[in-house]
Amino acid sequence: MTQLAAESLKPERSFQGLILALQTFWAEQGCVILQPYDMEMGAGTFHPATTLRALGPRPWKAAYVQPSRRPKDGRYGENPNRLQHYYQFQAILKPSPADIQELYLKSLARIGIDQKLHDIRFVEDDWESPTLGASGLGWECWCDGMEVSQFTYFQQVAGFECTPVSGELTYGLERLAMYVQGVENVFDLNFNGREDAEKVTYGDVFLQAEQEYSRYNFEAADTEMLFRHFKDAEEECKRILKIGDKDKRHEMALPAYDQCIKASHIFNLLDARGVISVTERQSYIARVRELAKACGAAWLKTAGGGAAALKA
Amino acid sequence: MPDLLLELYSEEIPARMQAVAQENLRKLVTGKLVDAGLTYEGTKAFSTPRRLALTVQGMLARAPDFREEKKGPRVGAPDGAIQGFLKSAGLKSIGEAKIQQDKKGDFYVALIERKGRPAAEVIAEIVPEVVRNFPWPKSMRWGAGTLAWVRPLHSILCTFGPETEEPEVVHFEIDGIKSGNITFGHPMLAPGPIEVKRTGDWMEKLHKARVVVDRDWRKAEIMADAKNLALAQGLELVEDEGLLDEVAGLVERPVVLVGEFDKTYLDLPPEVIRATIRNNQKCFVLRDAKTGKLANKFILVSNLEAKDGGAAIKAGNARVIRARLADAKFFWEQDRKIKLEERAKKLEGIVFHKKLGTQAERVERIARLAAELAPIVKADPKKKAAQAARLAKTDLVTEMVGEFPELQGLMGKYYALAEKIDPEVAAAIEEHYKPQGPSDRVPTAPVSVAVALADKIDTLVGFWAIDEKPTGSKDPYALRRAALGVLRIILDNRLPISLRSLVESHLEHSFHKPYLSEASRIDNLMAFFEDRLKVQLRDQHARHDLVDAVLEIGSLVEGEAATLVVDRVTALGKFLDTEDGKNLLVGFRRAANILRDEEKRDKRHYSDEPSEKLFSLPEEKSLFSSIQAAEQAAATALSKNDYESAMAAIAKLRAPVDAFFDKVTVNADDPKLRENRLKLLDRIRAATRPVADFSKIGG
Repeated sequence: MTQLAAESLKPERSFQGLILALQTFWAEQGCVILQPYDMEMGAGTFHPATTLRALGPRPWKAAYVQPSRRPKDGRYGENPNRLQHYYQFQAILKPSPADIQELYLKSLARIGIDQKLHDIRFVEDDWESPTLGASGLGWECWCDGMEVSQFTYFQQVAGFECTPVSGELTYGLERLAMYVQGVENVFDLNFNGREDAEKVTYGDVFLQAEQEYSRYNFEAADTEMLFRHFKDAEEECKRILKIGDKDKRHEMALPAYDQCIKASHIFNLLDARGVISVTERQSYIARVRELAKACGAAWLKTAGGGAAALKA
Repeated sequence: MPDLLLELYSEEIPARMQAVAQENLRKLVTGKLVDAGLTYEGTKAFSTPRRLALTVQGMLARAPDFREEKKGPRVGAPDGAIQGFLKSAGLKSIGEAKIQQDKKGDFYVALIERKGRPAAEVIAEIVPEVVRNFPWPKSMRWGAGTLAWVRPLHSILCTFGPETEEPEVVHFEIDGIKSGNITFGHPMLAPGPIEVKRTGDWMEKLHKARVVVDRDWRKAEIMADAKNLALAQGLELVEDEGLLDEVAGLVERPVVLVGEFDKTYLDLPPEVIRATIRNNQKCFVLRDAKTGKLANKFILVSNLEAKDGGAAIKAGNARVIRARLADAKFFWEQDRKIKLEERAKKLEGIVFHKKLGTQAERVERIARLAAELAPIVKADPKKKAAQAARLAKTDLVTEMVGEFPELQGLMGKYYALAEKIDPEVAAAIEEHYKPQGPSDRVPTAPVSVAVALADKIDTLVGFWAIDEKPTGSKDPYALRRAALGVLRIILDNRLPISLRSLVESHLEHSFHKPYLSEASRIDNLMAFFEDRLKVQLRDQHARHDLVDAVLEIGSLVEGEAATLVVDRVTALGKFLDTEDGKNLLVGFRRAANILRDEEKRDKRHYSDEPSEKLFSLPEEKSLFSSIQAAEQAAATALSKNDYESAMAAIAKLRAPVDAFFDKVTVNADDPKLRENRLKLLDRIRAATRPVADFSKIGG
């Protein structure tokens, strides 16, 4: 690697350098490094590599970047901190190792946060996802008063108790990058670590997308179609769950779960469009949760979920 | 005498739980020690984000021996009784019991002797039990283990031994964690293992390893440093006990620093600045001691003595605070672009409760009731109260209140003032939520009083009308607080109103069918108010028998005004403190006791008028005429709600009552005289009745 290339990939210099540093760090800890799941979702937790793999007895270590879509958080690219599409870096370790907190601190050191200089704090923040029927205990991790990660010990997923317990780390990548680069506006982040003509900023990559998607999410999305698609996803999920169920085994847990992810995202879009009333909201969330629970139950009847191999 | 040192080292314990947890640890361990016969001289509990600890000083090294003679059944008793005795006394055969003799004959006695166990053995048993059953508000599992703790528990230090000798590790194991003599220092500054002997060197070594184990010490350090730093800036710390408690639970060793934000943010209301800095960043604000105005500085408590003196930490926190204040400023500016009246429309889309309709519907109900209340509370003109009610909830749909719900009401006031709305109306928007708790201020401005009462009464009537009353400890809509608030507003402002009439009127106007409005429901709500009133009076140290005596003659359920009830209790208390009062009570009781016995015997009441013709002694005549005079005087006074004069009138009965009992034999031989005298006694009972039911008075 040339001097320039090495320099541009320092986590303090570029957004992509930060991602690569985290990936390398967690790869060194024995995690499989996955690529983002190819579906729209609100958080990295929805990735089957977390939700489903957290269930059942089999050990699992993975890390990946997941684009997270939060239609309601769009600000037409005008807010320096809020985005309807951003990146989460997710690490999941099952069972949670005794030194997981130390590993987390080491990962921060790897991206340039010197813990003799910066005040790292673990502030109580219990996590709950009503749509996934999931909950856990943990903290939000502060660096000099800024929340940079979410640290959770899963206690329940899809309505099932987690045994063993997974430790989940979620890094808000843009925030962390803004911090280590010393940038006030997310769109000013240096994406590729180059300077002058070669420099590509986060804004160069995403500003137009933020504007266009904000328009779509808040103003243009066809709500009738979305209501229909929600129902379609819900029905397809149930249908797959039914035909995949072979009593002691399930043969299509993963495709069924895709439909659950889809329903959840469509709900988020409808919510952003403001067409779901307060009371309806609860019932939509409950419907997605029912799907998630059924998918979790199906997963536990698969090899990945730890079901005993069928006798030949 | 030996000391015990116990430390449970874990990942970060939520700040809000630490103080309670250290106290629970102390109570549970010492409770079990005492149960095992192990007494001690003193204890102290500690907590930091990463540890809970306890020392027990001056313990017995061994529990005292136990010796008891247990008395058993008689010799020759049925086998069942014998077997039961053997079992309870731990004997193998009856031959092991002694035989003793008493008046009734021979019986068995078992001598139970147990050697006192060594303290270490008891501790090894107790600690795992306490850890496994610890009452955390929320606990969790981790890894592949089964133990539940607030966050992963990493190690346990447990030593026991006398000051002069080498203390020993008390050995036990909990879910794979073996007890030892190792602790750990500050997670960033001194993370390595540290070997510890006893409390003294534990504290000392941890102090060197940048940990202050004593919570109160950390709090004191934070306060002292914060005040000094403020002073050095020529400013004053805005003290905040709740925040202090929280930050003391976020650091192993506090390092207090001052940060700064841009002066332009000082245009924001001070409450907004404080909420932003406090809630989100857990920092203190500073003010100018002379003017009381907030300064553009804040105090932050970090967990690190940084090698750059805290420059990076200050800069980082200042950055976050700047971003937060920028958000708040954006809200402040955006919110003021839309008039509150305009916002009221948005309330139509917000469901207050699915059976009680939208916020907009609720607001209309409150406005109507506020207008009804206006003349009673002297809020003039009526429409001001109604206007205030209509604007009172509009700030709920502002961005600022969305972000900081605790600023509800206050933001409404600021926005109303910015719109140049009448200051009385603006004040009412803020004050209509008051009083929130026992220490909160009660509104006194008439418009505020009208809206505050209307808001709370509407809530209470509404939830009673849909039959969602608080049960036991469940009171999700804080209805107890609302009812107490209503009473405090009425009493503090001395509003002579019948709460029942208000409730009835509000039900009739605003809650038509299918809402429930039958009389028994109103009775039930009024009884709920009455219970709150009793609690309130009890907290003010009023005697509850006097409260009962007064409620007996006029209760909230019957439509009595709460102010009257309270006045009566006060006057009655004062009256009973006087000699006249005490003696009259004695006379009343004597009359009541005689009547009770005689009425029971004769199976009749003596409630009709005595005949003057049958009075044979002057004391009878004098008592009768005194009663008539007292009754009349009391009635006149009561018609003016002059309770003290009514009491004074009744007090005049004391002398004639005493004289009567002194000279007159009630149970005269002549049945006619006897009957007439019993009737006269009944008049004593009746005469006191308009002021209180004396039979309820105890003591």
